[in-house]
Amino acid sequence: MEFRFTEEQQMIRDTAAAFLQDVSSSSAVREAMATEAGYDAELWQRICRELCFQAITVPEEHGGMGLGYVELCAVLEQMGSVLLCSPFFSTVCLGVNALLLAGSDAQKQQYLPAIVDGSLTATLAWTGPQAARHGGQWGCEAVTATWQPSGDGYLLQGELRYVIDGHSADLLIIAARAPGSSGAQGIALFAVPATSAGVTRQWLPTMDQTRHQAAVQLDQLQLPADALMGEAGQGGKTLLRLIDLAKVAMAAEQMGAAQKTLDMSVAYMQERLQFGRPIASFQALKHKAADMKLKCEVARSAVYYAACIAQEALDAQGDRQLAGELPEAAAMAKGYCSDTLFFNAGTALQMHGGVGFTWEYDVHLYFKRAKASELYLGNAAAQRELIAGLLLD
Amino acid sequence: MKLTFSAADEAFREEIAGWLRDNLSGEFAQLKFRGGPGDEHMFPAERKRWEQHLAAGGWTCVGWPKEVGGRGASIEQQVIFFEEYARAGGPGRVGHIGEGLAGPTLIAFGSDEQKQRYLPGILSGTELWCQGYSEPGAGSDLANVRTRARQDANGQWLISGQKVWTSLAHESDWCFVVARTDPESQAHRGLGFFLVSMHQPGVTVRPIEQLTGTSEFNEVFFDEAVAADIVGAPGDGWKVAMGLLGFERGVSTLGQQMQFQNELDEIIRIARDNGAAQVPAIRQRIAEAHTGLRLMRYNAMRMLSDNGPGDSSALVYKLHWSSWHRNLGALAMDVLGPEADIIEAAPYELTRLQSLFLFTRSDTLYGGTNQIQRNIIAERGLGMPKEAKGR
Repeated sequence: MEFRFTEEQQMIRDTAAAFLQDVSSSSAVREAMATEAGYDAELWQRICRELCFQAITVPEEHGGMGLGYVELCAVLEQMGSVLLCSPFFSTVCLGVNALLLAGSDAQKQQYLPAIVDGSLTATLAWTGPQAARHGGQWGCEAVTATWQPSGDGYLLQGELRYVIDGHSADLLIIAARAPGSSGAQGIALFAVPATSAGVTRQWLPTMDQTRHQAAVQLDQLQLPADALMGEAGQGGKTLLRLIDLAKVAMAAEQMGAAQKTLDMSVAYMQERLQFGRPIASFQALKHKAADMKLKCEVARSAVYYAACIAQEALDAQGDRQLAGELPEAAAMAKGYCSDTLFFNAGTALQMHGGVGFTWEYDVHLYFKRAKASELYLGNAAAQRELIAGLLLD
Repeated sequence: MKLTFSAADEAFREEIAGWLRDNLSGEFAQLKFRGGPGDEHMFPAERKRWEQHLAAGGWTCVGWPKEVGGRGASIEQQVIFFEEYARAGGPGRVGHIGEGLAGPTLIAFGSDEQKQRYLPGILSGTELWCQGYSEPGAGSDLANVRTRARQDANGQWLISGQKVWTSLAHESDWCFVVARTDPESQAHRGLGFFLVSMHQPGVTVRPIEQLTGTSEFNEVFFDEAVAADIVGAPGDGWKVAMGLLGFERGVSTLGQQMQFQNELDEIIRIARDNGAAQVPAIRQRIAEAHTGLRLMRYNAMRMLSDNGPGDSSALVYKLHWSSWHRNLGALAMDVLGPEADIIEAAPYELTRLQSLFLFTRSDTLYGGTNQIQRNIIAERGLGMPKEAKGR
């Protein structure tokens, strides 16, 4: 048992931290988030060429680094810390994962090297408007677009919403279901170039401007047979696995952001004087800061553990028993980190007092990210209900 | 990062699990799952015999270095020992203060003579220890010790004063006492660390009746009690005592978590039986408790893997588990519904879960209240300003 970063993992983390703090400054974030794409294409190319974060989990045979989910989460933590605006989460934590789990050899060969060389971004689109029912549902029940055989290929129809970077991604990996099917039955995944005829994409401007979303309309979308990923109608299990992996990645970002809100707040409170002393000396604030610290530490343990589990799940030779823990570990990490970031960002806003309420200070960016990322993939209550189902039903 | 144990460690797991299976039987079978926190008043004589039986099997002080008679087990193997011990329902250890606190302090700060005199009794389970720190005026403000130590004409140290919240005092042979060697001194200066026999006229133990109606803690009165030894020099007491807190690396907490798991399992069993498991609000709380316990384990694994000096992770850990456990006690009552109020028998015999509910109120108090933990986390862990002192 060795539950800490190896030297190599620590190096990756430190490299990411140093680079991202430099390039993803407050002004850089604000500039990027105001554009329709939602990120700076030049910076993304720099990341792809110089840092190669997008290649971390891509196997070496496809030009990647062949590293694991622990290394990925080490980098995601730093991205969350600086609210990096980039297509990284969509391309790697959704797209690459989908290609790795469901892609044929030909599909991997076609798309992974292009992701590695920075010429292709990707995302996963599975949620229809149904995802907002009951205050949020993100599993197979959210899939409403349909597929049916048509000629040698498939015909897709439907509307997708809450698709991260859906308006800018080059490759859409779309989940659809057989007409009349429900739950995990009848689901299939398709690799769809975003420029295909029958695909209409629209940016959905968001309260959390640091991550962009889109609606994708599929209107009589005709796909060739080789667009299908995996077996038609058997994609439900893969989709759930992808959602679990995405939860782990999102939790890592949230944990990084939660730590940052604590650090920002402590620094501010040390400088801000009232009643002739730094407000950091007031016990009411010290105790809140200690609670933030506790949540950060527990969140960190949750993320690192879930990252180890995700690695076993992604690795065909991984430990099957540990891999089987993925749904639970992912739900625990996503639930705990969602609560942690919202608590920490909200408390940070309060600790900053009036300036926390201004557009000028960055606290509101974290606060908005907190709520948006909490709701995406299901909030803490939804994760707890998943865990309760595993335990009690 | 690696989550699995090595083959050698798994073999060690088999060894201890097998030993416990074979030995926690016969006269000791009744001790299974007994004598833990909240139940420490039960079976003291039988648990003393068990401690010696455990020692004869070579299973006391597994983490101590081999040179002083320990097993020299790695952190991983210590974790495994405590996990398997708790999984098998090993009874609350009457020797844990000697093994976890007095012994490590002597190993770090004691003279060779002191090690030779005191360690064998801890190893063999024949001499039990209790801790004399807290006083009526020295709770959260631990350095505000009033108990005095003075040297008589022969150079013998004599201890006078009162200690409080001393667990197992009435069962112990020895007490390590922090007392003021310099009457003019204040706070953490001028203290000494003394080893005092409990078997002498100058020592009186009075049990404290707790809100559970039982007594696990005591008041201990010293009236010119003779100290057999002083560890370190007069004036070094605070350093020695605080060094001792540093030994609380939290290895044994993984065993404690097994006990927590047993409690949670019982609550889940009841919730299934009485239908509480169908109530959305209860489902949320059970899932939260389950998550909290899993994350406590991962947190402990991380703390044991990379705890550095000056780190506040042990404090964070205490704050986490104590709050979690207190919430678990309340959850147990809410799952039981009105049945939660009905005790086993008059005059005041509580069920296991009622004891849990009531006793866990002490978790957030002893070993530093949650408020003190937060102060220290903020100051030591986050570099925020220290609290002003009133003296």
